[in-house]
Amino acid sequence: MKNWFTKNNIRWAVFTVLVYALFQYLISVNIINSYYQVVLYNIGINIVLALGLNLIIGYSGQFSLGHAGFMAIGAYCAGLVMLKVDGTVGFLAGIGFGIVMTALIALIIAIPTLRLRGDYLAIATLGFSEVIRIAITNMDDITGGAAGLNNIPKITNFNWIFGVIVISLVLIVNFARSSHGRATASVREDEIAAESMGVNTTKYKTLAFVIGACLASVGGALYAGNFYTLTPGIFGFMKSVDILVIVVFGGMGSLSGSIVAAFLLGLINMFLNDYAELRMIIYSVLIIVIMVYRPNGLFGNKELNINAIFKRKGGKRS
Amino acid sequence: MNILTVKNLTKNFGGLCANSNVNLEVRPQELVGLIGPNGAGKTTLFNMLTGVYEPSEGEILFAPNGKEIKLNGRKPYKVTKLGIARTFQNIRLFTSLSVIDNVKIAMNKDVKSGVISSILRLPSHYKEEARMEREAMELLAIFHLDEKADELAGNLPYGEQRRLEIARALATKPKLLFLDEPAAGMNPQETAELTALIKEIKQRFQVSIVLIEHDMSLVMKLCERIYVLDYGKVIASGLPEEIRTNKRVIEAYLGEEV
Repeated sequence: MKNWFTKNNIRWAVFTVLVYALFQYLISVNIINSYYQVVLYNIGINIVLALGLNLIIGYSGQFSLGHAGFMAIGAYCAGLVMLKVDGTVGFLAGIGFGIVMTALIALIIAIPTLRLRGDYLAIATLGFSEVIRIAITNMDDITGGAAGLNNIPKITNFNWIFGVIVISLVLIVNFARSSHGRATASVREDEIAAESMGVNTTKYKTLAFVIGACLASVGGALYAGNFYTLTPGIFGFMKSVDILVIVVFGGMGSLSGSIVAAFLLGLINMFLNDYAELRMIIYSVLIIVIMVYRPNGLFGNKELNINAIFKRKGGKRS
Repeated sequence: MNILTVKNLTKNFGGLCANSNVNLEVRPQELVGLIGPNGAGKTTLFNMLTGVYEPSEGEILFAPNGKEIKLNGRKPYKVTKLGIARTFQNIRLFTSLSVIDNVKIAMNKDVKSGVISSILRLPSHYKEEARMEREAMELLAIFHLDEKADELAGNLPYGEQRRLEIARALATKPKLLFLDEPAAGMNPQETAELTALIKEIKQRFQVSIVLIEHDMSLVMKLCERIYVLDYGKVIASGLPEEIRTNKRVIEAYLGEEV
């Protein structure tokens, strides 16, 4: 237990509480009004999705374009449970059900596809994600088909989203900074060398893929609890690309990068809402410019250093 | 009993025969050299012995604890788990990870704490991490890399990268170590240091070593027995003095007299 309370961990905990308090304050005094809250929740859900994809792309080096598919599974599983069971219990049960289903399906997908590399893997995962979407569209009796699910109770709020992000972050960082996380990174670095050093590369690729998919599923569940309705159209190819852009923009392998990128892109999108026709053009140009000047993304593969922040704030030095 | 017995090993790539009917034996604690002109099939042989390639024909028998195990068709990581480690001709470190992480990754196969234990930070995780940290630092100290433990492996100078590769291979606790051109690109002084280091490794870690090398001074000084490969076949084997004067070996390297 004493290992849990290192100086670094305590600083992160304090930082987390401060961020939480700051947002709660801004919401309570209505600086973040109901419109901004919609944007904020969207950003939060994107963060959860991006963290999962970052584990797959940034840590294990497997290029997946199928994230929206797993998000869809999570969203529909949660939606269906929430329509049957009310309140928090239903939401939690829905998230759990989504995780189990996603883990199973991700495992089934991982076994054949993770033998592929690079572009081929991207195309295969994209294909599977479309299969999931079309399957949902055609399972009329259960999913409501193209019309989707309606009247899902709204349970997602700031506390849920913040909580899920913090828990996901802790779990991913714990995974990454362990023997298993290092083995996963070695697969990204050099698969042949990793295998020759006794790393079961298939196992670690699959593990990262399944954990990442499960996070997408949780993101999907948060989405289901936020928007009242679910239609298969939401989970198309472009959703996967949106998440991919966040991960690449923030820096592959950098969790803090993904969070900052999700915020920046979410805000840019919000401000560009006023320029309806030009929105996508400006957005694209911005991304091109940023990628030209920072080809490794905002943070590269580095993480935000909590100790540096505390020093800058004049806090206690270690 | 031999620690490694290779019987009639053959590898064909389509119509190209990279190795044909290679027979090779390594005894416990022995240091065996594998030489031959470029393209003779030395690295292909290593790749078959470590599971990267599957042999077209023949048998590889490995006896880490006095019992022979057939290695054909086993995946590289399973071969490594049985006790065979290697380095690569063109260095293959995990360049954007730290020096100590490179070594710790090679220890992953013996880790006792599971994924759940790591994610939830249970006591077994801390115990295993502390053990790995200690063992990795000990290993790095032997290779004089302990002061650079936290540097990125890709930022090390060339000679140190070569040393780190050997350290990483030893972290898998092998019984048999394959070194693929460990002295490539080193100057005479570095080669001399490496020669001493390889001798020390053999003593300290009680491993058998097979090394591919073009630097004859190193091969002749170190190896107890030498196999010579040319066009995928073993053309000679024996003690260093015998190889030095072998007519076929001289022909393979210098060409036939007209």
